[in-house]
Amino acid sequence: MGVGIEVSNLNAWYGANHTLQDINLNIPANHATALIGPSGCGKSTFVRCLNRMHETNPIARVTGSVLIGGLDIYANAKPVEIRRRVGMVFQRPNPFPTMSIYDNVAAGLKLNGFTNRHALDEIVERSLKHAALWDEVKDDLKKQSGASLSGGQQQRLCIARALAVDPEVLLMDEPASALDPVSTSKIEDLIFQLKSEYTIVIVTHNMQQAARVAEKTGFFLNGRMIEFDSTQKIFTNPTDKRTEDYITGRFG
Amino acid sequence: MTRIRFQQSLDELKDQLLEMGGMAEQAIQRATEAYRTRDLFICDLVSQGEIAINRKQREIDQAATDLLAMEQPMAVDLRFILSAIKINAELERVGDSAENISQRVRKMEKMGAVEMPVDISRMASLASEMVRKSLQSFIDADAESARAVLAMDDAVDAMNRAAYKALTQVMMEQGELAPQALNALMIARALERVADHATSVAEDVIFWVQGADVRHSKSLKTAPDPHEMGAV
Repeated sequence: MGVGIEVSNLNAWYGANHTLQDINLNIPANHATALIGPSGCGKSTFVRCLNRMHETNPIARVTGSVLIGGLDIYANAKPVEIRRRVGMVFQRPNPFPTMSIYDNVAAGLKLNGFTNRHALDEIVERSLKHAALWDEVKDDLKKQSGASLSGGQQQRLCIARALAVDPEVLLMDEPASALDPVSTSKIEDLIFQLKSEYTIVIVTHNMQQAARVAEKTGFFLNGRMIEFDSTQKIFTNPTDKRTEDYITGRFG
Repeated sequence: MTRIRFQQSLDELKDQLLEMGGMAEQAIQRATEAYRTRDLFICDLVSQGEIAINRKQREIDQAATDLLAMEQPMAVDLRFILSAIKINAELERVGDSAENISQRVRKMEKMGAVEMPVDISRMASLASEMVRKSLQSFIDADAESARAVLAMDDAVDAMNRAAYKALTQVMMEQGELAPQALNALMIARALERVADHATSVAEDVIFWVQGADVRHSKSLKTAPDPHEMGAV
């Protein structure tokens, strides 16, 4: 496994609250990595540090380094470059409600000044196919609003939107927690297919989901990374007692 | 502590398995007692117990399956339930072995009593001790005492080999005693199987407590890798 994201001495604060403490971690490239832990443990803050979203809050602060494909995103990268390299999908699907399905997918490219209509058509189609949504929306791409889709479809639309800019990394913060089991399965199948091409980091409270989609799993507690290992090891025989207590439901 | 109901269900599963263990242990003790006394009434008790053991096996498997389906256990809880299912099967087979012995005793009872060159009592005592100790290691969740059970298996295997050698000699040299010798051989074999089941229970305890798979350790250490041989 090559390293997709190299995190060194990462610390994060919300005001005086030290929410992430000394995180050191190599996230493998072209694999899915799951982050688990109780609410407030820092896992969402952690993924938001991987695309510099954490600092968009004025009272937030970050120290340390995050290397993505050799680029230190905290040293010399422009936000636009980071957004292109790192896509993100959130808990609740958030398509642009007034835009068509087509425009939702093309939005990132258009913002970057991409104007070649023919190439745009190709990228939109490829992204929607990648997100396993093409067959369901291809007939009414430019008229139908993104908001008119079902929750599961909206989430796949958001994934297509993230893929359109051809990122290296896809961050997913509980991408299926608002979806029914069928839609959840589709998202999980999708993660499984996408991970050979993208480095995927998924935050989830659903441990079965982590077990199903991720090769590596990290357990966070109180702002610290307690254990990071193969998913199989974490869920069958974790090394740290705190990990075992959490995944067996003895606390959390 | 959260998931209190789940933890209670795990405790209940353990209690059921201990009950099953008690039944299996009693079955093997009764079977060897039947051999010693040629008492057909005890053979009947073993057969009745076998039915109860079979029923219990199904109950335990159902309880374990329900927990797997409903609670999605992880880590030590997952290992415990997997071990419980395997231990359940081993204990049921101890019951089968006891039944096999009692059937042999029924056949022997019709034949003349002849002294055979095999110490069934000692073998039975050692196999029963292994069952008892493996169950104790399960009660205590103690991997070290489970490992001590593994070490006892060699002695029973050696006794079984000695019984085979001595009893085949009887068959060859005293043909008229062949039926009795064959029955004694089958009983020795059944006791050797009981020791094997106790060994498996101990291995399952180690897996549950430590997450270590110690099965087939000796043979796998020396065996060539099938991947290297191009077999897989």
